[in-house]
Amino acid sequence: MNIQIENLSFRYPNGVLALRRVSLEIAPGEQVAVIGQNGAGKTTLVKHLNGLLLPTEGRVRIGDWDTRHYSVAKLARRVGYVFQNPDEQLFTKTVAEEIAFGPRNLGYPGERIQELVEDALQLTQLQAMRNTNPYDLSPTWRKMVAIASILAMDTPILVFDEPTTGQDAASVTRLAMIIAELKRRGKTVITITHDIDFCAENFARVIVMGGGQVLLDGPARTVLGKAEILAQTYVDPPQITRLGLRLGLAEVVCTPQEFLDAFEKQCAA
Amino acid sequence: MPIVKLQQVTYHYPFTEKPALQDINLEVEEGEFVAVIGPNGAGKSTLCYTLAGFIPHFYKGELKGIVEVDGVLVQDSDLSDWVLKVGLVFQNPFNQISGAKYTVFEEVAFGLENSGVPRSEIIRRVEEVLQMTGIADLADRSPYSLSGGQQQRVALASILVMQPKVLVLDEPTSQMDPIGTREVFGVIRQMAEQGMTVVMAEHKVEWIAQFADRVIALWEGKIYLEGKPHEVLTDERLVEKGFGVSRYTTTARLALPRGLWQKERPLPVTLEEAVAGFSALRNARRKQG
Repeated sequence: MNIQIENLSFRYPNGVLALRRVSLEIAPGEQVAVIGQNGAGKTTLVKHLNGLLLPTEGRVRIGDWDTRHYSVAKLARRVGYVFQNPDEQLFTKTVAEEIAFGPRNLGYPGERIQELVEDALQLTQLQAMRNTNPYDLSPTWRKMVAIASILAMDTPILVFDEPTTGQDAASVTRLAMIIAELKRRGKTVITITHDIDFCAENFARVIVMGGGQVLLDGPARTVLGKAEILAQTYVDPPQITRLGLRLGLAEVVCTPQEFLDAFEKQCAA
Repeated sequence: MPIVKLQQVTYHYPFTEKPALQDINLEVEEGEFVAVIGPNGAGKSTLCYTLAGFIPHFYKGELKGIVEVDGVLVQDSDLSDWVLKVGLVFQNPFNQISGAKYTVFEEVAFGLENSGVPRSEIIRRVEEVLQMTGIADLADRSPYSLSGGQQQRVALASILVMQPKVLVLDEPTSQMDPIGTREVFGVIRQMAEQGMTVVMAEHKVEWIAQFADRVIALWEGKIYLEGKPHEVLTDERLVEKGFGVSRYTTTARLALPRGLWQKERPLPVTLEEAVAGFSALRNARRKQG
């Protein structure tokens, strides 16, 4: 399902102009990371995808639906949204109930709900915690519950707002596996992140925001090498990319493996 | 004389069998900057709550051992006295922001108002802290209209303004952009230079290596490793236990068997160390060639 954002501007009631004429197109099945400094407009942008915010000017279309003409409840069939703070979305007594709430609300038949819940539990590695109260879990696992509850809605488009915040190495790896699986299933994934290394290792396309505008948009390798533009929006290139740039490697590298291959070539030259 | 002293501290949250902290012995000198690392669930936040007096004054459960700050036992102190000595910046800024104030300026002034500081001094100190934490331009905004990273700066400012002797921070930059993170580490380092004692739970090892004096690695509620940042952060045992390690360290480890990192050279944690190491190897290779 296509996402089309045309000339989108948004002004908060307090007068802050958070988005300025943003235009973007995201094709079905794309994996997109949105990066940029705090206050750049990242969350404001993605809140337009499920109608939580409506354009002050311009238009957002999810497939053939203009978000101004569809309720948030309707848009939830097309766009799943995982909040930055899991505590804003969890409310039931057990993990399994929490995960079943979304698909039940969408009116899926019982059998399908069960399948979706099992699948979400498995993807997030929450099986052993299915009967636990979400608030008895650590923040890390609560985040996984929030993610599972959106996965179970089986929407074509998923939005993650800072999924790596406060997560440890094992949990970030788990997230990377979930995103890879969603890609395999042909889902569109849009992720806001400050973890630029996570971004470099898991996303093909990167959108850089600053001051309510899109500063850069393109393949990760192209975008993440542009240190000067990134610095304008308080972002450093990924650690490995910085290392490659400092050593003057011929290509932009994103992972340790890529770095070592390119560095070996440079040494031999 | 250490300002913070923990001796054989073991703590159970209510109704739990497994201790969240077990046999913790820790002394922190005045003006020292100690970073605490560990996987989620290792006890980082619990250690922060213990230092800040939330354990045992807010979280019940069972606390054993000695927790002493500035010569006073936590059990002998009220939380309201304790928080004037030890300031805690929460992991989640939503938990910190009072909800009682309309602007960032008022929010940051809240603690001082409560401790009866004269108005003119409040204004001076708040302005100074807003400047230092890089949020002077947000002074008139509502704390709730800010992004997660901006709220974290407000949370930090509202504690710094109280000038606690000991500053405890629980992942204070988790929602911040990368350059913002570096700035905040810089501010905290500066506080330590001025004599504030800092204990900070954090995952971002590259910055820990550059700014902290000492690293404590927690694992399942116990101190697993402790020492100079560089020694701890490049210790192989961290990888086994699922601690986050610097990508520079990982890259150099992968480079070793390929002959792309010199064996006698310590593994890098920071960009500068990695650049120096790989450059040295390249120069050596080219000389040979």
